[in-house]
Amino acid sequence: MAYRPKRRISLRDWLIQAAVLISVVGLIASFVLIARQNLLSQGIATGFGFLDRSTGWPINFALIEVSDRSSYARMLVAGLLNTLLVGFLGLIASTIIGLFIALARISSNAVLNLIGTVYVEVFRNVPLILQVFFWYAVMTHLPSPRQAIPLGGAGFISNRGIMLPALELGASSLFVLVAGIGGAIFAGGKLVKSGQLAIGWRWPVIAAFSLILLAVVLLIGREAGAPLYTVPELKGLRFVGGFTIKPEFSALLIAIAVFGGAYIGEIIRGGFLSVDPGTVEAARALGLRSGQVNRLVRIPLAIRAVLPALANQYVWLMKSTTIGIAIGFPDYFMIVSTSINQSGQTMELLALLMGGFLIVNYAIGTVMNMINRRIAIKGRDAQL
Amino acid sequence: MNAGTQLAPPPRGGTLDWAQRRLFSTWIDGAITLMFGTLVVWILWKGLGWAFIDNVWKAESGAACRDHTGACWAVIEARGRLILFGLYPYEEHWRSTIACLAIIVTTVLSCIPWFWQMKRLSVLWVTGFGLFLAFMFGGFLGMPLVTTEKWGGLSLTVLLFSAVVVIGMPLAIAMALLRRSKLLVVRWVVGGIIDVTRSLPLLTILFAAAVVVPFVVPDWAQGDKLVRVVLAFAVFFAAYQAEIIRAGLQAIPEGQEEAAAALGLRYFGRTFLIMLPQAFRNALPATINQVVITFKETSIVTIIGFFEVMSSANAAVGRGDWSGQFIEVYVFVGFIYFIFVFGLSRYGAYLEQRARRADR
Repeated sequence: MAYRPKRRISLRDWLIQAAVLISVVGLIASFVLIARQNLLSQGIATGFGFLDRSTGWPINFALIEVSDRSSYARMLVAGLLNTLLVGFLGLIASTIIGLFIALARISSNAVLNLIGTVYVEVFRNVPLILQVFFWYAVMTHLPSPRQAIPLGGAGFISNRGIMLPALELGASSLFVLVAGIGGAIFAGGKLVKSGQLAIGWRWPVIAAFSLILLAVVLLIGREAGAPLYTVPELKGLRFVGGFTIKPEFSALLIAIAVFGGAYIGEIIRGGFLSVDPGTVEAARALGLRSGQVNRLVRIPLAIRAVLPALANQYVWLMKSTTIGIAIGFPDYFMIVSTSINQSGQTMELLALLMGGFLIVNYAIGTVMNMINRRIAIKGRDAQL
Repeated sequence: MNAGTQLAPPPRGGTLDWAQRRLFSTWIDGAITLMFGTLVVWILWKGLGWAFIDNVWKAESGAACRDHTGACWAVIEARGRLILFGLYPYEEHWRSTIACLAIIVTTVLSCIPWFWQMKRLSVLWVTGFGLFLAFMFGGFLGMPLVTTEKWGGLSLTVLLFSAVVVIGMPLAIAMALLRRSKLLVVRWVVGGIIDVTRSLPLLTILFAAAVVVPFVVPDWAQGDKLVRVVLAFAVFFAAYQAEIIRAGLQAIPEGQEEAAAALGLRYFGRTFLIMLPQAFRNALPATINQVVITFKETSIVTIIGFFEVMSSANAAVGRGDWSGQFIEVYVFVGFIYFIFVFGLSRYGAYLEQRARRADR
């Protein structure tokens, strides 16, 4: 705490506080009033009524069904889901890359050290947006659909994206599947904890449940006679069937994974270095083998040490997905800014933009805190 | 390493011993070395071959490079000026060069400890910015006036970076101190500004400054788009830097400020003579990191319509006969960023070492 001599709050202090409060309120009020005036002169009604109107413009990538007739509200939800999808996949991919880079950098092998160091220095020192443009250029300079590179008969790579076979499932069936498997994993953990399920049975039971659920969804969730899955095929100038990973999406995802991997690698390496060498020596003295020392002592301690830094990095990566607008990936920010251009509802959309990111950041923070609490060493919180 | 009872033999010197320890300590280690070593050699071989052996230095157009497998560096010769100067008038490129050098020299000079005094730093930066603005704007001594819409390329990048840091740093100090104020309202307002700014992506804040602000402030207060964006970027930088400084302040033992108070120093004396110098030393690594990130993030202004180095690189390969040479152009621009960022982070490492030496 700062040094604060105890004394009564003087009149001067009250005046300062009042002045600050009045000027802040006044500033905000003047913004709102001027914005209102501008809107009125353009004949635009204030308020959130515009959310029900249809947008009149399409987007090229969405998880839910949208078209140019969809409402602003639905379009915004589609954008938020896009942000969450690319952000979430980016976090997972960059964490995996980061773990390998960290292991390479702390390894005793000089060649691995070299690879890790060069990777970090190259990808961390070049702006993310440059990497996004680079990968996008790579993706759009791939061969055209007619000369597409085949992936062993299962799919194609072309400048229109990566085409892969797809299970023919509706969005609702997919949701049931994901929710069911997620619930099974959660319930499995609870049952093991309460002693109703032997720990060795945990994963077999979850796997069996998931397979049964998959079978049920495949039987019930599809129209009779529809194919189980489709494989992309070249018809004329474009592909039909299967599903397509758009170049915008893959470029953004690769760039975030590669760039984030360099940062996360450094964070995880810091975690490994922070593990007290004495602890590792003690583990060895107890007769643990090198693999056991890593798995049982070093990695658990390193993860605990880096979780707060990792949470910050995750929030930061999630925010950096907004760069996707540069290559036309319709994330939340792109939908909001297009909506501002098209509808003129500046203040409302800005509020929604801030609200969206506050919720996403808060969600990441909450999840990471939950993990942190769960894995903290009991009774020693003060030291960790 | 084994857990035997015997002490390990003392390390011997020599390359062979190094190779034995660092490359072939076990047979798995040896296999990894061979596998990844081959990979590294192969990548180096291909990369160097692409850049320097199969390359083309001179060509009329991108089409002429098509028969070669290597890099087509002719694109840099053809479009280099566009990348480095953007839309700045062709005959006036020398002015942009001088302006850019003025900022770079000022930045390098302010890295020298001799300049680390309020008076010297302010004189230095006023001169640096003065030279930059004089040469970029012109409008005197026969130099035609060039308005900010025409500014671009590397000089815009370095201007954004230096202006954001120079404006943002004092702002950050003020915000860090105000967040520790004893006045509740001040603490809350400043804390609120910092937290909201930090929770938003930089792009959205710059977008708001460029597009939304004209909408909510009266005409006389709008100013130039570049000025608005620099100020918004500076606030963003300050919000992060303020938290870094605050952490540095919190790491100072409480006795320091109490002792200063006991010696009769008033608030400003305590803060600027005792607290802030120590806070900056504590916060040095994080500060350098933030400055480095800021340099890279200047590239984001591309999206809101400024023609700095990233944007002009895109324009160079966007359409026309060089569109196939995107790798060369992006590697070139990436290299420019790399030099600046790598230089800054090396300097940061030197500062940390210096601080450690001083502690001992």
